Amino acid sequence: MDWTALWLSMRLAAWTVAILLPISVLMGRFLAYRQFRAKGMVEALVMLPLVLPPTVFGFYLLVAFGRNSPVGDLWQGLFGHQLVFSFEGLVVASVIFNLPFAVQPAQRGFEAIPVEVREAASCCGMSPLASLWKVELPLAWPGLMTAMVLTFAHTLGEFGIVLMVGGSIPGETKTIAISIYDKVQGFDDRSAGIMSAVLVAISLFTIALTYWLSARMGRRLS
Amino acid sequence: MALEVMAQADVPIPLDVAFRVEPGELLALVGHSGSGKTTLLRMIAGLWRPQVARVAVNGTAWLDTAARVDLPTHRRRVGIVFQNYALFPHMTAVQNVIAAMDTPDLGEAERVLDLVNLHGLADRKPAQLSGGQQQRVAVARALARRPEALLLDEPFSAVDRATREKLYGEIIDLRASLAMPVVLVTHDMNEAQLLADRMVVIERGRVVRTGTTAEVMADPDALRAMGIREVAAMLPAVVVEHGADGLTRLDAPTGPLFLPGVEGAPGTRVRVRIMAHDVILSRLRPEGLSAQNIIAGKVARVVPGAGPGVMVHIDVAGHEMLARITRRAAEQMVLAPGETVHAILKSMSVARDHVAHTPDMGRASE
Repeated sequence: MDWTALWLSMRLAAWTVAILLPISVLMGRFLAYRQFRAKGMVEALVMLPLVLPPTVFGFYLLVAFGRNSPVGDLWQGLFGHQLVFSFEGLVVASVIFNLPFAVQPAQRGFEAIPVEVREAASCCGMSPLASLWKVELPLAWPGLMTAMVLTFAHTLGEFGIVLMVGGSIPGETKTIAISIYDKVQGFDDRSAGIMSAVLVAISLFTIALTYWLSARMGRRLS
Repeated sequence: MALEVMAQADVPIPLDVAFRVEPGELLALVGHSGSGKTTLLRMIAGLWRPQVARVAVNGTAWLDTAARVDLPTHRRRVGIVFQNYALFPHMTAVQNVIAAMDTPDLGEAERVLDLVNLHGLADRKPAQLSGGQQQRVAVARALARRPEALLLDEPFSAVDRATREKLYGEIIDLRASLAMPVVLVTHDMNEAQLLADRMVVIERGRVVRTGTTAEVMADPDALRAMGIREVAAMLPAVVVEHGADGLTRLDAPTGPLFLPGVEGAPGTRVRVRIMAHDVILSRLRPEGLSAQNIIAGKVARVVPGAGPGVMVHIDVAGHEMLARITRRAAEQMVLAPGETVHAILKSMSVARDHVAHTPDMGRASE
């Protein structure tokens, strides 16, 4: 059992969720409420990681973040190490790759709020921020919850992009999914089996927790 | 604290409207769906902005396109009751009311809920309330905002008829305690006549007629937009007794009126809406008729309409009744101002929701 890899995967998933939560609230809300010319374009861009092979996506990120890229140079200058093949690079890749899993459910969550309810909030004297906090977030919560759980579970299982952008550096970029692959390559079926089972258990627990929470939420709302 | 409204727009609908609502006055904006009345209400609330407009309350501009003033909705002190109420589904009734307050005040919220007859239901979610109860929460929430203008957007259209009758009465009672201008948007002329002091008739974004409710309701030209059959007079009356046969005896300045099942204890003051096309006229007092109401009066004027009809205004003890009859009948009867006529009204032609009780200032002190 590769505890280092599991812990790394959990940290990666937690960071991805933490960064994507505010992004999905802002983007989901914007896409749900606004009508503009390029909306279809933006929505397609957000969905792109869903259809692109992870290796293709990883390749482009590698190019974009690599040693001779502006982003890579900037990062090197600021932090003194490369963005690619580092945990931070993995987080950035993971955030971008999980955009559709986070933004899409969040958008649906905000879309489910009737326009008049939002209008009623402002007629009640609530500023846009107060309306978000008191009315919109409580009502869009099931969508946001789904977004976060999908992101978490998806990050734990991601393989191709992690391998491309992170390599397989133990303790830095070697996630549980890659560790399982390594174990299988090394004919260590027992370890691979245990780790797979742990991953199944964690995923099941997360999904069950969401269902339980959203059922509770559903009762609270009706 | 008068509300002044002016608007001109080409899209989404052509609009050219101006009106004014005095403090404590209830103005009904009437017109067909698509006439622009709801759009005007949304403009007052700041939910829609036309090309040229001015909305001012108490002399302070909320919106003035010429002066580039445009307060966002949440900074306008406006109470609005939406057609489908738009309550916050995750909050209880009392939380909905508190949500509209500047500073949360549970005692005040419960007082407002009592005002709309919702005691005991404060902790229910909207989904656990009936349509009528939801409407009351929406009214309470609008009032909790301490609005400088109260806007009602077809607030009775989503409830059944029995509930609507009850809610009319409650709004009439509530109005006695309201000091702000109130705008009611409706396409229901009965509702407008029962509740409003003044009316603005809107047709395709233009004001067809502005005036007191009585003036507008007696004007066939004004009502052409709404359907001439809506022309009606309003008679004050007092409930005297409920007969065993289901008929209620009312005393009106015009004499006794017998109407089916009017609600209210003896002594309750009511207003009865009598549709002009339901009234038959006779020169002599008829006998042997099934109609229970025969009211004698004097012809005040005969106003010819564009079609085959005329509107006869009858003065009955200082109150006006309206009868819409054919021009031919008026000629045959030789009706002229000053002549005595008898207005005949079938009891059954007065619908139950055409009777509303009159606000009674004395009741609050009981």
